[in-house]
Amino acid sequence: MAASRSQVDRIGLKHGAGGRAMRALIEDVFLGLGAPVDGIGLSALDDGAAIRFGDRWIVITTDSHVVHPIFFPGGDIGRLSISGTVNDLAMMGATEPLGLTCAVVIEEGFPRRDLEVIRDSMKQACDEAGTTVVTGDTKVMGKGEVDGIIINTTGVAVARRVVSDAGLEVGDKIIVTGTIGDHGMAIMTRRRDLQIDGDLRSDVAPLNGLVRAALAAGGEDVVAMKDPTRGGLASSLHEMAGKAKVGILVEEAKLPMSRAVRAAGEILGIDPLVVANEGKAIVGVRAASAEKVLAAIREHPLGRRAAIIGTAIAERPGNLILDTGLGKRLIAEIEGEPLPRIC
Amino acid sequence: MDTTREQLEQLKFRDPARARALAEALAREVKAIGRAPVSLMHVCGSHEQSIARFGLRALFPRDLHVIMGPGCPVCVTDMPEVDEAVALAMAGHRVATYGDMMKVPGSVKSLADAQGEGGTIDVVYSMRQAVDLATAHPDQEVVFFASGFETTAVATAAVLMSGVPKNFSVLSAHKYIPPAMEIVAEMPGTRIEGFLAAGHAAAITGAVVFEPFVKKHKVPVVVGGFEPLDVLAALVKLVELVRDGRAEVANMYPRVVTHEGNKNAQEKLWKVFKSTGGRWRGIAHIPDGNLRLRDEWAHVDARKRFRIDVSQLRDYAPSGLAQRCICGDIMAGIRQPSDCELFGKECLPESPVGACMVSSEGSCRIWHTYGGVPDLREVG
Repeated sequence: MAASRSQVDRIGLKHGAGGRAMRALIEDVFLGLGAPVDGIGLSALDDGAAIRFGDRWIVITTDSHVVHPIFFPGGDIGRLSISGTVNDLAMMGATEPLGLTCAVVIEEGFPRRDLEVIRDSMKQACDEAGTTVVTGDTKVMGKGEVDGIIINTTGVAVARRVVSDAGLEVGDKIIVTGTIGDHGMAIMTRRRDLQIDGDLRSDVAPLNGLVRAALAAGGEDVVAMKDPTRGGLASSLHEMAGKAKVGILVEEAKLPMSRAVRAAGEILGIDPLVVANEGKAIVGVRAASAEKVLAAIREHPLGRRAAIIGTAIAERPGNLILDTGLGKRLIAEIEGEPLPRIC
Repeated sequence: MDTTREQLEQLKFRDPARARALAEALAREVKAIGRAPVSLMHVCGSHEQSIARFGLRALFPRDLHVIMGPGCPVCVTDMPEVDEAVALAMAGHRVATYGDMMKVPGSVKSLADAQGEGGTIDVVYSMRQAVDLATAHPDQEVVFFASGFETTAVATAAVLMSGVPKNFSVLSAHKYIPPAMEIVAEMPGTRIEGFLAAGHAAAITGAVVFEPFVKKHKVPVVVGGFEPLDVLAALVKLVELVRDGRAEVANMYPRVVTHEGNKNAQEKLWKVFKSTGGRWRGIAHIPDGNLRLRDEWAHVDARKRFRIDVSQLRDYAPSGLAQRCICGDIMAGIRQPSDCELFGKECLPESPVGACMVSSEGSCRIWHTYGGVPDLREVG
């Protein structure tokens, strides 16, 4: 493995893009930091950590948020910073966050008005998630030392049962809770000033309410969850397939996708499967409970377009197979940032 | 843009039931030929894209080999052509080109390397943008490094004919596909029984352009479109012609391609360009395979306007990795990306060794993007 993995002296953007390069970097550089814990620790490379505490679990996750543009259709960095952390907790089965921390690094000259708008968005997202910011930290850096603003949030919750992203078994059904690719496509088309007919809006939203409904309906039959952020659905499913040593067969016709995302994907030459979502979850469910869980998710306002998109299979463990309706092919694991096709 | 109508239009050509019917016909016809394998070649990255993207190889009968030939204009751009562009950039001129050309290796450097060493290179999405650069920077020479088959060459010709600023010129790496088919048909390592020709190129040249080829080489040519059903229907037609031993040209993309082609575009093409012989990277010297500016256009021809000194860029042995690259054999249809020991290991889209991994039209890149071509017929 080491021979085929190219060692680099400098960190590139691809090392933060959620693909193979990022995982390699984390494994090579940071994994050694994590000694075994009673529960899910660093070595699991899950959405967060879960540490046993009596008959409960303390679930912790942290995330630094940078996005350009800071304000985008459907949200802003403030909404993103709350939703991202609430969602990482929810994906571990912890849907009642006790509170969040918030550390902000601001560039000298940043407009105060923008900061207030961002604060209001954070408040709004906290209200939707039923949580609050309990402590924070503020730093200002000189002009050019940081690009605009960086927001880090850490979330803590207590859960009775923890759901990892490694729990799939052959036969399990894969639910995605709504249309894919909305966030990433909204950002990319905004960055490039591309006019697409129809509404391209980020889906950024806290999902703990929706996950609570799914867990209430499926109980122990909900066996794996993950939010397909950077790297999109493809990266997250690859991770789930790899950790559980199953293949995942995805039916393309079942993938919920907005018309605008589909069009943007064709124009930019970017597969919506590898594009970030900020308000969607992948839920792995035992087949017997799949319809019941799907119905519960669809009842929730954020889950109306949820669908069963695939099945865990014994063949080709660690791989994703896409049934295009015409034929089947593998979905390649992305290496780094998906760049728009040039010509 | 009316996405709804476009999508409905597209879906017509992606209908699974009709695809299955065509796949059955394909299996039937290949069987009727009675020998295996039957090898067909297409000469277009967009055909390979469609086949890979929709998983069509899982629909093909096992005895049918559909091989991608020299269908990627960026991939066949030869090192000396890249060297010329690099030399112009290093000499302080502003070079504008399509993004795919940035990482194509020259003898020593790619344009991306030249940029790293201080050369000014602009990635443009169209030639028009390059012209705009020249207008915006009247004090600089802007050279458009033009690549693409005859389809793109027509666009280059049209822009030149509409008039360009004095400080603008073109370094043409345009290629002309029909002569390349001749070479591949004669290669000893390939036994191609029929060719699938690219519909968008034929929209300009007309299906008629393949008549002399068919007569000379006694193999059928079918012009096909790029939606999954277009590809399948064209392949069925091609296999039928092979079965009946009929060397003819058939047009299975009549909604876009006519027999005579687009006369207006052809006129523009040949008014500005002439075909000359030249090397295609990894394949061979192709008589009439390169499109160069006619003498009347010398004033906008970078090769005539500048003394391009590439002497600094020669006499280097290629790196060890490059020596192991089998790009040439892949483009000639002799071997497949998966036959290459570098594929997906040392050679990745982020760090390509050969041109086939650089361009989004290259077969290695396409196979890598869509997970290669494992046999997935029985999965699931």
